[in-house]
Amino acid sequence: MALSAALARQPVLEARGINKHFGPVQALTEVNLSVFPGEVVALIGDNGAGKSTLINVLTGVLPLESGTILFNGEPVHFSSPHEARECGIETVYQDLAVAPHLDAVANIFLGRERRQPGIAGALGFLNNPLMRKETEEQLAKLRVRVPGLERRLVTLSGGQRQGVAVARAVMWASKVVIMDEPTAALGVAQTAMVLDLVRQVRDTGIPVVFISHNMPNVYQVADRIVVLRLGEIVTELDPKTTSIEDAVAAMTGSTRFVTKEVV
Amino acid sequence: MSGATETPSEADTSALPPRRPYLSRMSQSFTPVILLLIIIVFSLREGASFLNPRNFNDIIIDSSQLVVLTVGLTFVIITAGIDLSVGSVLILSSVVAAKVMIALSGTPQDIANFQFPTQQVGIPVGLLAGVVTGLICGVINGALITRLQMPSFIVTLGMLGIALGLGQLLSGGTSVPNVPPAVQSAIGLRELVGLEIGGQRVRITPPVVIAYGIALVAAVVLNRTRFGRYTYAIGSNAAASRRAGVNVNLHLVKIYALSGLLAGVAGAMDLMRFGTASVGSHQSDNLAAISASVIGGTSLFGGIGTIGGSVVGAFIPTVLRNGLVITRVQPFWQNVAIGMVLILAVYIDQRRRKAEERM
Repeated sequence: MALSAALARQPVLEARGINKHFGPVQALTEVNLSVFPGEVVALIGDNGAGKSTLINVLTGVLPLESGTILFNGEPVHFSSPHEARECGIETVYQDLAVAPHLDAVANIFLGRERRQPGIAGALGFLNNPLMRKETEEQLAKLRVRVPGLERRLVTLSGGQRQGVAVARAVMWASKVVIMDEPTAALGVAQTAMVLDLVRQVRDTGIPVVFISHNMPNVYQVADRIVVLRLGEIVTELDPKTTSIEDAVAAMTGSTRFVTKEVV
Repeated sequence: MSGATETPSEADTSALPPRRPYLSRMSQSFTPVILLLIIIVFSLREGASFLNPRNFNDIIIDSSQLVVLTVGLTFVIITAGIDLSVGSVLILSSVVAAKVMIALSGTPQDIANFQFPTQQVGIPVGLLAGVVTGLICGVINGALITRLQMPSFIVTLGMLGIALGLGQLLSGGTSVPNVPPAVQSAIGLRELVGLEIGGQRVRITPPVVIAYGIALVAAVVLNRTRFGRYTYAIGSNAAASRRAGVNVNLHLVKIYALSGLLAGVAGAMDLMRFGTASVGSHQSDNLAAISASVIGGTSLFGGIGTIGGSVVGAFIPTVLRNGLVITRVQPFWQNVAIGMVLILAVYIDQRRRKAEERM
């Protein structure tokens, strides 16, 4: 998905002039970020650069101090992560945010259980076959493969568990998937699997915001790389024309990039 | 992953090695095996004086209160919490039930003459008061744990002392006298179903129906409903459940309320079975119920446990006591044996956890 094609469309999610303080510390300064349909935007930066803060502001975990968030071109205000989720913005957290003693379907539907019709449903009886069917259909549509849907996650590997966490986000994210260090805890093969999932999600047209420290991962999967340093967006890189060295230089500030204006 | 050409589900399932370690399989069948061994040992030793329908009937009746407490504890422990207060709450509930029952069954003059003219009102209201007392204690436990962000161990340890002390204050430290005997004769000992098996009378009484009815409903709730699903999810990963939109605090209040409610039910059952509220017994019921639940496969680390396992776990102390009495061994050995089984069960649980985490 080329940069120009993405730019031609309206951003799904757009942040304009975001500022955020923690006491005297300026965590974010006039940050602008646009997320277009069908792209993987990597958000990179050193520890403390403000990546997670930016995501937390975008998804309503932290309150917005100043600036505007536009969702499908309309200004929005998320006062909780729940509200962001209701708009179709799902986040995959870096610690595996799954219940390991439940199976994949139960995890995917956690907090959104389908109940049986009628009185049984009113009593809280679950409709497990329906949840399983919806999961299979949705994941097949997205061409996301999760092994062993009926297995408790403790019996799966770390990568497979992360696969379930990603699948859950994909299942419910109708607009944007945000992944905060999704490969941080994973081995090589498991990482490859998660990166595959990221591409599959992107190919369905749902954009992915991919936060990572791991530059090789970023260059493998990103269509566009946004570099944060000390709470500011210092540059935007095209992975096809830049190298990992360029990204590291931009992150650490050893080379001065001219900040490119994002439309 | 592997197997791009096969159908996804088949390929992926076969790609996963069988990841059920030996110890994990063992711990699931371990409790019934222990129970069976205990039964076999007593049967071989004592023959028909242990192994007869009437004696097993007694065991089932004797197990009823522990089963009720253990069901409540199972929900609590699956959420990775603990409720140490159930034995004391049982005592307080039975004392409150007895006091209310006596007060509503006649004038003080009537009661002194052992007359209970209004016991039709007094008995049901008294029993209900006991159940409600338990529920209130449970709600207080849950509220303190979730609102004050306190460990369940501390809050329920505090409630253990509070409920026991209140029970002792209300009763004057002794068994409550002058409880209408009809609560025992007409309810607790009432024969709902009677069967002749091998020339012996086997009776199904209300405490049995209440206990196993509760266990059955609890098993269905835990397995088939959203309430059960959230119970496991919170014990498995409370933070993930919260992020997924589960109201974790509200659910935990309900869980402790349920445990308290069931302790109240067990307290009411005390009156039905023995016709008095005794302050002296039940003080170690909390440990018996925790042991039963853990021996039955519930993990103290949360996320794992079944009602069926817990019921089997609750049988072990009851059968042991019964068998030891018949064998004319000091029944105090029961405590020794239960302690050893408990340690073994937790050891196996830990090994299972570690085996799973290694994968």
